[in-house]
Amino acid sequence: MKRKTFIQQSTAGIALVTLGGFGFQSCNANVKTKKITILHTNDVHSHIDAFGPDDARNANQGGVARRATLVEAIRNENPNTLLLDAGDIFQGTPYFNYYGGELEFKLMSKMKYDAATIGNHDFDNGIDGLYAQLPHASFKFLSANYDFKNTVMDTQVKPYHVFIKEGLKIGVFGLGIKLEGLVGKKMYKETDYLDPIEIATDMSRILKEDEQCDLIICLSHLGYHYSKNPDRVSDLVLAKSTKNIDLIIGGHTHTFLPKPTVAQNNEGKNVLVNQVGCYGINLGKIDFYFDSENNKTADGTSIIV
Amino acid sequence: MVLSKIEGKQIGIKDSLKIDQDFDSIIAPYRTRLEEDMNTVLSYAPETYSKRDGHLNTAIGNLMAEIVFKEGNYIFNKRTNKNIDAVLLNHGGIRSIISKGNITTETAFQVMPFENSIVVVALKGQQMDSMMTYLSYAKRAHPIEGITLTLDKNYKISEALIQGKPIIKDKTYYLATNDYLYNGGDRMRFFKPNDSVYYLDYKIRNAMIDYFKKVDTINPKIDNRFTQTK
Ligand SMILES: [Zn+2]
Repeated sequence: MKRKTFIQQSTAGIALVTLGGFGFQSCNANVKTKKITILHTNDVHSHIDAFGPDDARNANQGGVARRATLVEAIRNENPNTLLLDAGDIFQGTPYFNYYGGELEFKLMSKMKYDAATIGNHDFDNGIDGLYAQLPHASFKFLSANYDFKNTVMDTQVKPYHVFIKEGLKIGVFGLGIKLEGLVGKKMYKETDYLDPIEIATDMSRILKEDEQCDLIICLSHLGYHYSKNPDRVSDLVLAKSTKNIDLIIGGHTHTFLPKPTVAQNNEGKNVLVNQVGCYGINLGKIDFYFDSENNKTADGTSIIV
Repeated sequence: MVLSKIEGKQIGIKDSLKIDQDFDSIIAPYRTRLEEDMNTVLSYAPETYSKRDGHLNTAIGNLMAEIVFKEGNYIFNKRTNKNIDAVLLNHGGIRSIISKGNITTETAFQVMPFENSIVVVALKGQQMDSMMTYLSYAKRAHPIEGITLTLDKNYKISEALIQGKPIIKDKTYYLATNDYLYNGGDRMRFFKPNDSVYYLDYKIRNAMIDYFKKVDTINPKIDNRFTQTK
């Protein structure tokens, strides 16, 4: 069966393109495989400089100027790359205390981050402090479950964005953690927290059905998993309670994973969940390969982690 | 098109990666100013002070409480014409030792890396009693000032004073703390309800820096403010 589909591929591929009314860029029938690279960070916490040589745990690791070199090399290899951050950009070194997050946003903009979600520590100078730094950010802020309509952040944050790379639609939406009890009310003011599972269910439906996305990514600051309280909403809970999400990029719990987790959604399909620790020590890299429709094998998508 | 394959991994940001000079030159002026400030000598520590040295009160804790009392009261008094009666902080909030030698701005960032601010809460005598009970149960060297608390050998309160006087049930006391504790941190639940609360919008770390600038050599001591009689 596999052999058969493989042989049919070249002719049928062209037929499909003409019939299906694919987007302009997809009309290049010679392109058999497309590769989308997703790069990600989380909980960088103002770690602009690398750790010093005397640091007990992370000596000489991290540093924005080194991450920039790596990101550029990956982009040169594959221009169809998105760079995303899962929140807690702020707080952790005096760079934040002194400059309020200005340098963090400037460097992320220069590195061409495409989008970030908002972590609890991004409210550490209050919602006004976050708002004040927005002119330094040229990337998008995505959060679907924080309702900012009664705050200064109104209209500055979108629930999701659809990026188009090589004719493929990549839908990215953001989710934030419950702020009450974690952040002072004076800091987050009238920011309303909405149920992440309900919102994620809506988002994935909109991105799949209305926006017709080829790839759906959730940028989450919910935390990977709470072992003492496993029912508390987390990335693993989110993965199994929803459908149509391909990748959850997490943060908050500063979880170092030996490799990305392959979880199952509520339809039994695979969802990749990843988080890369904290402080800019690691960069996550997920490559998605797309083939023309009838090149698809009976096994579906293979995952190599 | 259909998704056929996913490959995922993480890449360590190691020192084998070249430093991007464009990025580094953007960072450089920020870094220079920061390092200058961090290295500014503010005061001097004749000894090394750790929160582990002492049973129910420590020299570093007494220093922190004194800083909040003095620097906090300066602002509180200007705004309200009232005075702080007592200070309560948390032992866990002291995040680093103060090493013997020069005290710099960086010292203040090490001891107090968080953005917590001073809050003054107006509490009735009854709630001050609850606070004393809390302290007797906690058996920890939570930094205090303006409070004298003596426990017997069973950790029962034998004497509890505010400003050297017994607590009067209906009197209003002004207790300075930080916003973390005021909001229920370390299970300190006696701050609410209260008569009123004053947010000084004054970070503990800034109070430390202001205090160190005024004091040539710090000299905190363990004393008898919170003790247990054997
Ligand atoms: Zn974090």
